[in-house]
Amino acid sequence: MNVSSPAPKLSASLAANPRLSSWVRFTADGRVAISPGKVEIGQGIVTALAQIAADELDLDIIRIEMIRASTAMSPNEGVTSGSLSIQQSGRALRHACAEVRQRFLTAASERFGVDAALLRIDDGTISGPGNVSTSYWELAGEVSLDHDVTAGATAKSATERLVAGHSVQRLDIPDKVFARPRFIHDWALPGLLHGRVLRPEVSGARLTALNEEAARAVPALVTIVRDGGFAGVVADSEAAAEAALKALRKGATWSAGDALPDEDDLTGFLRSQPVETTIIEIRTAAATNKPAQTLRRQYTRPYIAHGSIAPSCAMAQWDGDRVHVWTHSQGVYLLRADLAIVLKLPAGNIVVEHMEGAGCYGHNAADDVALDAVLLAKAAVGHPVRVQWSRHDEMSHAPFGAAMAIEIEADVDADNEIVGWRHTIWSNGHAARPGRAAQPALLAATEIANPYPRMISSNPPVANGGGADRNSVPLYDLPAWTITSHRLLTMPVRTSALRTLGAQGNVFAIESLLDEIAALRGEDPIAFRLRHLRDERAKDVIRAAAQRAAWKPQKRTGIGHGVGFARYKNMGAYCAAIAEIEGTDDIRVKRLTLAVDVGEAINPDGVINQIEGGAIQATSWVLKERVRFERARITSTSWTDYPILRFSEVPAVDVELIQRPETEPVGAGEAAHGPVTAAIANAVYDCLGVRVRDLPITRDRIIAAAELAS
Amino acid sequence: MPTIQFQLNGAAMAVDVDPDQILLDVLRSRLGVNSAHFGCGAGECGACYVMVDGRAMASCDMPIWSVAGKDVVTVEGLGTAEKPHPLQRAFICGQAMQCGYCVSGILISAAALLKRNPSPTDAEVKAALDCNLCRCGSHNRMVRAVLRAASEMATS
Repeated sequence: MNVSSPAPKLSASLAANPRLSSWVRFTADGRVAISPGKVEIGQGIVTALAQIAADELDLDIIRIEMIRASTAMSPNEGVTSGSLSIQQSGRALRHACAEVRQRFLTAASERFGVDAALLRIDDGTISGPGNVSTSYWELAGEVSLDHDVTAGATAKSATERLVAGHSVQRLDIPDKVFARPRFIHDWALPGLLHGRVLRPEVSGARLTALNEEAARAVPALVTIVRDGGFAGVVADSEAAAEAALKALRKGATWSAGDALPDEDDLTGFLRSQPVETTIIEIRTAAATNKPAQTLRRQYTRPYIAHGSIAPSCAMAQWDGDRVHVWTHSQGVYLLRADLAIVLKLPAGNIVVEHMEGAGCYGHNAADDVALDAVLLAKAAVGHPVRVQWSRHDEMSHAPFGAAMAIEIEADVDADNEIVGWRHTIWSNGHAARPGRAAQPALLAATEIANPYPRMISSNPPVANGGGADRNSVPLYDLPAWTITSHRLLTMPVRTSALRTLGAQGNVFAIESLLDEIAALRGEDPIAFRLRHLRDERAKDVIRAAAQRAAWKPQKRTGIGHGVGFARYKNMGAYCAAIAEIEGTDDIRVKRLTLAVDVGEAINPDGVINQIEGGAIQATSWVLKERVRFERARITSTSWTDYPILRFSEVPAVDVELIQRPETEPVGAGEAAHGPVTAAIANAVYDCLGVRVRDLPITRDRIIAAAELAS
Repeated sequence: MPTIQFQLNGAAMAVDVDPDQILLDVLRSRLGVNSAHFGCGAGECGACYVMVDGRAMASCDMPIWSVAGKDVVTVEGLGTAEKPHPLQRAFICGQAMQCGYCVSGILISAAALLKRNPSPTDAEVKAALDCNLCRCGSHNRMVRAVLRAASEMATS
């Protein structure tokens, strides 16, 4: 029996962009243009959305052309972040396409005098009894999509879907293996000029004087741009722009800059700053056993760099008082809003169009470089100007994921059962994205002649999953808890959204302490977790991972196993991870076994790819990554100084996907980081008997933790 | 300005260029070869790798004089959609990437490996790709794709 999905109330994306034609258009060449507001950032979203549209419209996926988001025509879906694109854009497209299909069926029914229920659609051809036949394209003149969506259409049931739920090959991959231009970096616009921006070596230093003479002597220089503390060059070629920038740097005088914290005492820094305090949640117990003791543990994670393989890049072209911007920003409308503030122009004068960049893991420098390009292009009217950051600037001026100090006090009774739980976070905010405030969040806006202050990061509201507090409320059924978040009101190191926001740190802390308490009780850590969970989907992923990893493998010298679990944002994907590590001189993660439940998996292989990638990236964060700085400057400005996991260090990753085709789909991109982090830390304990509570888990940290424990 | 001559993807090239110009710049800005990507400018990430006389090398810090008379191969020279290299086929088949920015450099390292070692082990593939960085975490898929291409080449 087919059970049709109940018509959901209109999603937020559709409520904000109700016009059907803004999502779906039938084009004259027998194709269908699907126009989501979410963008491809390496996660495969464009393919998953195409699958949803293909299903609801009964089309072969190759007929679908996915339109890159642009403020000129795309629905405004805010930002591509938070593992929400399937939930938001996917749901909107599913509903919009279902309604489009219904409208065409109604039109065909009227044309043929045949009951719509007797008509079928096969790859866009609508046919029915008596060999009647037409198509979307034939009927397109009669069926206007310039209507607002209604709540009436019903999307297909899970069993009726032929494309969603299958591992369709990604639409973008052939271009990428055959070197067809797809990245913004590879796009050659006619008359393209190249720009570079002068940024200080010293953190927070402002340009106070500039001798331009040497730069002016560079052949092929087009112009030098100076606007207060913002300075850059435009040239005919990238090489000339680089040469001019180098010359310009020699003529630059800078102010002293702002002191950075002591990188070896992040906790001291985080816990000594002025803060805004929020009680995230309090649960009060009716009655609990008397606490016999309180375990007080502190966990930290460092600042983490995005480290996209491509430095950020943008292009801009002015025409009078109008400007067109090409960007790999996660939010074209949000970027446009900030550009409008800085340029003092109506938003309508600005078109922001998305083009793919390298993998994006949050708010990196994509938006910053877009303003750079706009400011430089203003001095080269008529020409598009392409700006690309250096690796050095990417690793020092882009926002970082925020450092965190997390203290948990767990009250345990005489049986070491948890009776009280206090989780306290000190951290900068985890979001300072553009387009959300009266002031711009773009770097150059803090440098120009009438500068805007640097925006201090804040945290998204709890209802949206929170920021520093993300995943700080345990999913476990503990009798009482108090969760408190202290957001720093100073921000010497620029922070904003990095994959999972605070969830990686919080899950690491919670899952580490639970592991410790289970060990104190002599209870198996998986049994302990299962005993404290009420959510069957949560238990299922833990049991599935345990079974797949043959938990618990027999103890062997030099090998350790550990488990970690979280439901991302406590409302997204469920993920359990089991790590097998080898610990001799250094820690080596040998194997990660994960189980994940995202509800309906639109593209199962795509989900697995995201989980594998998340697991490997998290391993890199845990074992290697830490933004380095001295008091005056960020020092980890190259891959040598900011090493990430290499091929020879990558663990085997084995993922089990629990399919629930009838359940609303959620995103997979951030589900693995917290559980993998905790699983590795717990495996280190299993292997070496040492609890490392400060990330990254390096040889030095293990020695320090062992000394502290002895 | 001197003329630098070399082979590019099997065709003879003669470029009038400052010999100290960086190969990557010349490929991208003069010769329309965009597969090699800028990543770091210091030969540390592998995104810009090209094959020079059969060896995978960083082109982002290599002056063009150093390839005079040599044979340079980029992804454009590996294969096309109509006639793909087994590696290209295997990367599609295994969906062996997320963002794909690093992929051209990885294809080059892998192609160089398969030239000198047509049947590598898993560890040999990892060693050959160890100077290529991938930030999305698609390593295992890429290693499997290289092994798959190797076995396809062995049986064809």
